[in-house]
Order: sequence, then C-alpha cells, then structure tokens
Amino acid sequence: MIEFKDVTKRYPDGTVAVDNLSLRIPSHQITVFVGPSGCGKTTSLRMINRTIERSSGTISIDDEDINSQDAVQLRRGIGYVIQHAGLFPHKTVLDNVATVPKLLGWDKAKTRSTALELLERVGLDLKLADRYPAQLSGGQQQRVGVARALAADPKILLMDEPFSAVDPIVRNQLQEELLRLQRDIGKTMVFVTHDIDEAIKLGDNVAVLRVGGKLAQFAPPAELLANPVDEFVESFIGKDRGYRALTFVTADTLRLTDVPGELARAEDGTPKGWANGSGELEPVGATFQRGDSLRAALDAVLTSPVGKGVCVDEAGKVVGVVEYAALAEAIRA
Amino acid sequence: MSWVADNSALIWEQLREHLYLALIPMLLGLLISLPLGYVATRYSWLANPLVALGGVLYSLPSIALFIVLPAVLGTGILSPINIIVALTIYAVSLLIRNVIDGLRSVPEEVLQAAVSVGYGTLRRVLTIDLPIAIPVIFTGLRVVTVANISMVSVGAIIGVGGLGELFTQGFQQDFLTPIIVGVVLSLALALVCDIALVGLQRLLTPWARAVAPVKEAIA
Repeated sequence: MIEFKDVTKRYPDGTVAVDNLSLRIPSHQITVFVGPSGCGKTTSLRMINRTIERSSGTISIDDEDINSQDAVQLRRGIGYVIQHAGLFPHKTVLDNVATVPKLLGWDKAKTRSTALELLERVGLDLKLADRYPAQLSGGQQQRVGVARALAADPKILLMDEPFSAVDPIVRNQLQEELLRLQRDIGKTMVFVTHDIDEAIKLGDNVAVLRVGGKLAQFAPPAELLANPVDEFVESFIGKDRGYRALTFVTADTLRLTDVPGELARAEDGTPKGWANGSGELEPVGATFQRGDSLRAALDAVLTSPVGKGVCVDEAGKVVGVVEYAALAEAIRA
Repeated sequence: MSWVADNSALIWEQLREHLYLALIPMLLGLLISLPLGYVATRYSWLANPLVALGGVLYSLPSIALFIVLPAVLGTGILSPINIIVALTIYAVSLLIRNVIDGLRSVPEEVLQAAVSVGYGTLRRVLTIDLPIAIPVIFTGLRVVTVANISMVSVGAIIGVGGLGELFTQGFQQDFLTPIIVGVVLSLALALVCDIALVGLQRLLTPWARAVAPVKEAIA
C-alpha cells in the first residue's frame, strides 16, 4: 500500500502543483490518477519515487516513509514507465531491459535470462533483442519500456502516460495487454493519464484531480460513473456515463430465452445467421458471453437484425438469446 | 626527390612532432571541456558566457599567443609547452560548445528515465549522457584536430613547429621542395587523422547508424 498523507508540492515561485493530497493506493491493484493538465497528476506520481520531492506531508510504502531510504535505492525498487518510452538510444533492446538488474549487480547469466523472459512476457519477438530502440515502432518501444520497468521484479510500477503517444489501435492493444499482464503479476500500479476512458478501462480505482492539485474524487470506476461527487467530475467523465457504467455490470444474471428456430447454427453449435422471410441468412451481429458486461449484451441486441442478442459459451456455441425486455430488466436492477 | 631522400630522417621526426603537438592539445582540450561542459549544462546560466568566452579566446591570433605565453608561463621561448598550451586553449574554446550541445542533445525523457530507474549522477553522466553526446562532441573533435594540425606550423616562427619548420627552411633558402613536402604532408596528416576520428566514432556509436525503422507487424 502506498499512502499519501497531506502531501503538498509548492514550487519556489509559489505555484501549488499538489494541494494537501491524502489517499491510500491499495496493493496489487491498478490505481489511476486522471485529470486535466495542471492537475498535478504527474507530480504526484513522481513524488512516489522522489524524482520530485514533496514540500510537506508524508508518503509511505507499506507504512515505511519513502524518505527513510536513499532515493537512488528507492528508485531501483520501483518500476517506471514513461511517455515515449524514454529508452536509452545507445543500448540494445536487451540491454535496455537489463538496466536495473545491472544497476543492482545481478550476475550476467541471470540478467540475460530475465531480460529475455520479460521481452517474451510483453509480447516482443526475441529477434528484436539485439536491435536499437530507433529500429522499433512506437508500440514496440513502449513494450520494451514496460519490460525494463519490470526487470527487477519491483512491487510497484509507476506509469506516466505510457500509451498517450501511440495511435489509438496500438494504444487499445497495449491497454488490453497491460490488463492481461496485471492478472499474471499483480503489481501495485499507479498509472497517470489525461484520458478518462483509459482511466475507467484500466483502473481498479481512479483518483480524479482538478487543476491546482486537489483531489476531487477517489473511487472505483463504476462508482465514479454512477455517483460523480460534483459537476467537475461529472463533466470530466463526459457524456454517456450511464451507458458506460454498464461495462461494470456482468451479464451473468441476464434472463436468457430459448434459441428460436430462425437462428441457424453450424454443426458445432456456433451461430451462422438469422433466417429471414425469404429463407436467406442475415449476419448474427455481435455476440456476448455470460461473463461479459451488460454493455456487451446491449451491443449484441443492438447489432442483431432481429433485436435478439446471441449469447455463446467459451467455445462459441450458442447457449441462448436475450431480448430487449430481459435486458431492460437487468439494467433496471 | 633526392632532397626528400637525404632529409627523410628529419622529415619523419618533424612529422612525428607535428602529430604530437596537434593531438596532445586535442586530448587535453577534451579532458578540460568535458567537465566544464557538464557544469555548464547543470548550471545553464554558465553556458552562454562560456561559449562566448570560447569565441573570444579563439579569435586571439595564434602568433601573439605563442609569443606572450612564454612570458606568462615562465617557459623558454623554444619550449613545446607554449604550443601545447596555446593549442589547448583553442581546443577548449571550440570544444566547449560541442560538449554543451552534445549533452543537451540527450532527450529529456531519456534523462528522466535514467534518474527514475535509479542511476546515480556520476554513473548517469558517464554511461548515458556522454555516449549519447558522442556524435556531437566528435564533430567538434574533428574540427579541432584539423585546425590544430594547420596551426602547429605557425609555431615554426618561434622554432617549434613540426612540419612548419619545412616552410621556414624553404623560405630562408628560397627553395621550393621543402615547402611542397610540408604542404603535402600537412594535408595528408589532417586527412589521416580525420579518417581515424570518423572510424573511432563509428566504432563507439554503432547505434547511431541503426536508425532505419524496421517495418514489421506490431502484434
């Protein structure tokens, strides 16, 4: 757990970047700092590894004040991923990933095998190990950045707008992979972004900060969407928050109806299409699974040519369909 | 050609002296400008005055410096130290700008990443900042080396000038051959040194050539 207690950062010219921030960042979860520029989110993040020193208040990691140890030692125990990756241009991909193990004085064989393992873990081809950063795409560089941050197996990972400089498709891919990675490694992650959608997608908890460095709301994303504390948070979240909140309700209580005859299925039980009056098959549209969100179920209904969403199991086999009425029932509940 | 054959030992000696008088100041200049340049990037208000001072020093006529230095340093007028000190001053005055520019060429996010992953200052400067600054610093080193090789000859006027002594000899004896030999060897020396520096730079910066992005599927 990382705890901020009355933390303030005031610059010599009087600007207050972070104002009396108090919050507890739970272990093994992703906590996102989000807010408009000038809200102190990056400053708050960088105070955790003391690349920015706070003016007053305390920050502790597992109840130990971060000032109780040398700043350089502290940083070697905290992974850090930065916008544009910040890779060392004169080191190969492998050497970039091996940075912290080398600083910690690990032996060569262990450093190398760890670095290679991490490249694989973040989905990079091992052929890239001997390349230089300039030879990689933005998305690949960012993966190397994540691998470098994880190399010494830190308990904490700080991420400063890591995906903001890549195109939307790659960003989406990297986000999905981060979530998958987090399911495996369960780090205490603190993630900074100005993008509320990214915050809602990635965060177990989201801290919304307002300009001047004040905490506006600290809550899980579903709570944030359902009950924004004030107009600032509400406007920052943006439109459609009711619809977006459906992401956090699972479809497992949804009342399914039997598979109607018009839904043609293949031999393995996967849907083929809806038969219309003239006997032709129309595309099924989106499908959803029991474990998906109500948002996915709603999408299935809306994209179906007959207004019935197809629910499938993990093998893709049809298990039932959902109609508008059942969906409305679930949304009301 | 027979003159060359008769004097080959002397010419060889002058060539070696020339190389020594040009390269030692280049190395000393580098050793002095590196810490100076680092301090100037750390305290950025120092950078402009230092570069300006370098410009002023470089504009001092070399012949004046060669003559004034013995008085200042207390060295004999014929001491090679005068040449070495003078050319070191020129080397620093040129290199300081390249060292500052080179250190400033290190991208901000690279510096930030280095600090954040736990580099101490000295280690960061030596293993991150300096290697990245090499291409810009080498640009300066090449200029300094060629400039030094040409300026060493001026030292012949005070009696220590490597190949420059061939020029004084030629003028005094009204004899063209030593002058031609001096010019050709000076040019050859400058060329060889420049090629050697380019080779050294390529050796030190394999990453600088690896810039063509590899087109590959991202997934």
